[in-house]
Amino acid sequence: MQTVYLIGVDGSNCCGRAVDYVKERATENSGKVLVAHVIEWSPFTFSTPAENETRHLRREQELERAREQVVGPVVKQLQDAGVDAEGLVAHGHVGQTLVRLGRKHEVTCLVIGRKGASRLAQLFGSVANQVVQLVDRPVIVVP
Amino acid sequence: MPTVREYRYRLTALLLLLMTSAPALAQESIDAKIDNIVRPAADWVSSIIFWSFPLAGQQVPFVLVWLIAAAAVFTLYFRFINIRALGHGFKLVRGDYDDPDAAGEVSHFQALTTALSGTVGLGNIAGVAIAVSIGGPGATFWMILAGFLGMSSKFTECTLGVKYRNENPDGTVSGGPMYYLSRGLAEKGPGFAKLGKVLAVLFAIFCVGGSFGGGNMFQANQSFSQLLNVTGGEASWLYGKGWLFGLIVAAAVGLVVIGGIRSIASVTSKIVPFMGIVYVLAGLVIIFANLSAVPAAFAAIFEGAFAPQGIAGGIIGVLLQGVQRAAFSNEAGVGSAAIAHSAVRTSRPVTEGLVALYEPFVDTIVVCTITALVIIITGTWDPGVDPSAGVQLTSDAFESAISWFPWVLTLAVVLFAFSTMISWSYYGLKSWTFLFGESKVTDATYKILFLIFVVIGSSMQLGAVINFSDAMIFAMAFPNLLGCYFLMPVVKRELNEYWADLKAGRLIKAVDR
Repeated sequence: MQTVYLIGVDGSNCCGRAVDYVKERATENSGKVLVAHVIEWSPFTFSTPAENETRHLRREQELERAREQVVGPVVKQLQDAGVDAEGLVAHGHVGQTLVRLGRKHEVTCLVIGRKGASRLAQLFGSVANQVVQLVDRPVIVVP
Repeated sequence: MPTVREYRYRLTALLLLLMTSAPALAQESIDAKIDNIVRPAADWVSSIIFWSFPLAGQQVPFVLVWLIAAAAVFTLYFRFINIRALGHGFKLVRGDYDDPDAAGEVSHFQALTTALSGTVGLGNIAGVAIAVSIGGPGATFWMILAGFLGMSSKFTECTLGVKYRNENPDGTVSGGPMYYLSRGLAEKGPGFAKLGKVLAVLFAIFCVGGSFGGGNMFQANQSFSQLLNVTGGEASWLYGKGWLFGLIVAAAVGLVVIGGIRSIASVTSKIVPFMGIVYVLAGLVIIFANLSAVPAAFAAIFEGAFAPQGIAGGIIGVLLQGVQRAAFSNEAGVGSAAIAHSAVRTSRPVTEGLVALYEPFVDTIVVCTITALVIIITGTWDPGVDPSAGVQLTSDAFESAISWFPWVLTLAVVLFAFSTMISWSYYGLKSWTFLFGESKVTDATYKILFLIFVVIGSSMQLGAVINFSDAMIFAMAFPNLLGCYFLMPVVKRELNEYWADLKAGRLIKAVDR
């Protein structure tokens, strides 16, 4: 069975190391990589009627922008290295959504980068913390 | 051709010009002048809409019978949907049945709270005070009952709003009674198509009127009245300067609707729910502090509802006050909320109707009841109270328990009024463009008119404003509910299919996806 990795990217440089890591692994075992970006969004916010009217349109624009600017470059970088890669973009709570995408696509394991180990992140929890707590399959955190 | 941006600048400049030149026009009493001009027209309009017939020695406005009858019919026709679907409605609001792949679209919660911010407002604070001061404590009972039945009207209109909304080529959505009246009735046959068009146009005209009346002038008027109260009443430097307050509010509204400054609107949309919670909590604190007075208050409410003492018109008079203020506050049957609810993205229109059940529930059964209880248990109400007091009565009631609360209430009132105006300017604009087509000119014309009415509203006497506001908002119920009667079998079909799926476990929960 082919190994499938799901890597969470957010456009910052910390996931560069995670990308390098997954590129190496996927090349070794000719695995597949799903490059996922989650747009932070909550259904429990308040909005005006005018915002609601254009929400569908804005959602499409947000997805398009994320596909082009965040996920696209990483997918291309992996494909250029000969790795089978595909992009995913979704709205939602970042940790929960990454875990859900991993389950939905039945991936072998999740790969996420971690920003510096600041005290603030220890206090409030980073995306890496959330994923580790929620995940239902192996997860690799690349520091 | 001017670009949109240039256009906005010009409008903003015009607005500033209006603002700076107005004080120069301020002779002894601008307020009285505006009141004199507008009052006869306002009174004439309301005398038509509130055509009434005598019953048990009391003049009963036909429109109230129309509203409450429809609410009762829908409640029976959908077999007490307002009770049996409350649990499921709550799960929908909580997002239990959301498709995670559709995340990022307008959620049920957002559609509900957006619609609520258009209805929770002065109707809950000033309207209830008016009902209690004219109809006595018993009006509360009829208000709650009307709110309860009104849930079924909301269910019907919001389901239709989503089902027949228009998805524009640019990806935006427009919905509401004008669309379900014209498109829904057209499905029924060529004769109905003509009727639907007439009803849709009538609705749109009244909705534009309502957006100038209850959605605008009433709000401006009552928030100014409250501001005047806390700053010292007739001794206040603001006394007789309603036009000035109107200009400031108009400028703020103008920045949002013409200037396109979203940040003001989105800040308000976040503060308003917070203020609502503060209001409810303060009410609960007062109620709990006077817990021993609560049984007596409920006794007064029941006694006043069925055997009122010293109220003009007796039981019918009390009932009318309760029903009228409930309808004005939660707008069930009026059709306005269907415009706000139709933005939700769902494959099952019924789900939005079920969510909308919570609107009259929160608005009338929770918030209005709290206001009424506070007025009654603090003893602020007595049979001799001035019936034109409006918001002042509520303010006095809260003040008697929490001395600094009128200031908080003032802030809440102004913010509620502002958010209600933003919502209604949207409802009105949607109706306006339905009538006149979408273009920059029609858009701007409506918005300028809307701002002018803000100033007029804060300058007029309460009586004339209330009559006109009520008249326009209630007028919307005629075409809307007539259409809903014709279309209720459609809603029933949708509901039965959905309910069968729900009972058979064919609906996938979010956690199982």
